[in-house]
Amino acid sequence: MGVLLDISHVDMEFPTPKGPFTALRDIDLQVRKGEFVSLIGHSGCGKSTVLNVVAGLYRATRGGVILNGKEITEPGPERAVVFQNHSLLPWLSAYENVELAVRQVFGKTKSRAEMREWIEHNLQLVHMGHAMHKRPSEISGGMKQRVGIARALSMQPKVLLMDEPFGALDALTRAHMQDSLMEIQAELNNTVIMITHDVDEAVLLSDRIVMMTNGPAATIGEILDIQLERPRSRLELADDPHYNGYRARVLKFLHERHSKRDPSPKKSAADEKTKFETKSVEHAA
Amino acid sequence: MTSSSLSISKPASWKLSLLDNNLFNSAIRYVAVPLTGVLVFLLLWSATAQNIDTSLGKFPGPAAVWEQFGALYQEHERSREKAAAFYERQEIRNAERLAEDPGYQPKIRDYTGKETFIDQIFTSLITVMSGFLLAVAIAIPLGIATGLSRTLSSAINPIIQIFKPVSPLAWLPLVTMVVSALYTSTDPLVAKSFLNSMITVTLCCLWPMVINTSVGVAGIESDLVNVSKVLRLSPLKHVQKIVLPASVPMIFTGMRLSLGVAWMVLIAAEMLAQNPGLGKFVWDEFQNGSSDSLARIMAAVIVIGVIGFLLDRAMLQLQKLASWDKDSITH
Repeated sequence: MGVLLDISHVDMEFPTPKGPFTALRDIDLQVRKGEFVSLIGHSGCGKSTVLNVVAGLYRATRGGVILNGKEITEPGPERAVVFQNHSLLPWLSAYENVELAVRQVFGKTKSRAEMREWIEHNLQLVHMGHAMHKRPSEISGGMKQRVGIARALSMQPKVLLMDEPFGALDALTRAHMQDSLMEIQAELNNTVIMITHDVDEAVLLSDRIVMMTNGPAATIGEILDIQLERPRSRLELADDPHYNGYRARVLKFLHERHSKRDPSPKKSAADEKTKFETKSVEHAA
Repeated sequence: MTSSSLSISKPASWKLSLLDNNLFNSAIRYVAVPLTGVLVFLLLWSATAQNIDTSLGKFPGPAAVWEQFGALYQEHERSREKAAAFYERQEIRNAERLAEDPGYQPKIRDYTGKETFIDQIFTSLITVMSGFLLAVAIAIPLGIATGLSRTLSSAINPIIQIFKPVSPLAWLPLVTMVVSALYTSTDPLVAKSFLNSMITVTLCCLWPMVINTSVGVAGIESDLVNVSKVLRLSPLKHVQKIVLPASVPMIFTGMRLSLGVAWMVLIAAEMLAQNPGLGKFVWDEFQNGSSDSLARIMAAVIVIGVIGFLLDRAMLQLQKLASWDKDSITH
């Protein structure tokens, strides 16, 4: 299938009092329709920035993103985002949160009854049919994230963007959510870009894993094709040599090749991380 | 069997005594201690009052004030009886005139007796609520606008900071002159004194609401703003669906602060504007200078305090009803 989303030579600079800070340099990635792509890298390496550029929340300093032959200039529901912290409106119930999105996207094309059915369908898809009328404060973190996914799916996006969707969840809940996501993916065959820092998650869910080098001026270090048959089961894959091979490649990249121009390769990953964190604080200030 | 029932009954009775103890403790804490506080205050007041001689006699103690509460209520009752009698007389007279001359158009004249203390309480409440609601109508849209636009916020902030600490007494002469100049109807809907007091209240209680609304709106989580962007909500829908509900807790905190300010300002404004409310009552009693005046003023002070407290509680209840974020409500 052809290329749906073309991220073409994207540079991203943020102005700071000490001059521009280059977060991304020459990010070039083509995503096919129905493909599940993970972006992996150390925290603060600019993965979220890539996602925000695709979402249209940031404008690239150089280069651009083309979706279906049209350049992206602003955010829109055809690139729905699942945020890391669910970002549900706390004063609305799960149903009403999805309703807000559905009304905005299908308000003119669907009837009232069709919209209601569509909202309920999406909530059932993420197994939230039983708690549709609860508010975010009344449900668990995993359930909130399910509603966030339902909201994004209900917009019928061309590309679904997920920013560490399960990062804030405990391991058991995370595994459940990954299984749910694979189920949904098998049914809908969405085009997905997901950010993660979890190697197992990336290998289990993705068709391709995009490994990013550390910032500043982060870029794509390596792209790994995951040729594991679907449906995938985490238990069976645990002993699969291919799975473990992919896993090892990603881990190796993250531990050794995470920085293109690291002068002292002996430095531990932890050092690298703290070094970057001070940088990102400067950038925020 | 016996041993097991014994082991159950033991912690149960222990629990019961704990419950009793808690009940006893809270009875002391919430009833006995405050009551003692009030009692000590009354004793101190009474003892001190006796030693203060004013040109209007001794400063009133609690007993004298209590007596005036009764007197004020009786005056009110008597005035109501007079008014009823006045209207009854008119109706009898109209009926008589109508019997003599069937073409007569009956007229009812309003009773023009002096407002009683109770009437004045209601006037004050109506004035404060009008001024407060006018302030709400201005402050919330203004606060939302300044919260959304950093430029507008920088433009308006100095003005807010300068006007916020201004005393109502400084505004009042200006308000009076402007109202006199602009409000020139031959058949006025409301008295000028009412407008003067109301507008002064508005000018003074506007600011806490503007500031709180603005801070609430500016502090909306960026994720929620991003949701709005991804959904491409129109500016109007963005305010309606995201901004307004998100800042409701802060807006209500501002409203509660403002209502407190409004009630304080009102009494001063009424004194000078001669709006027939509690402020005017205090002023008139002061000018009157009878031997009861100080006790009547003290009675008004207590009523003003109680009403202020009740207004705050009412606002708190409203806040609890309207706010989705129950944790943000403080007592």
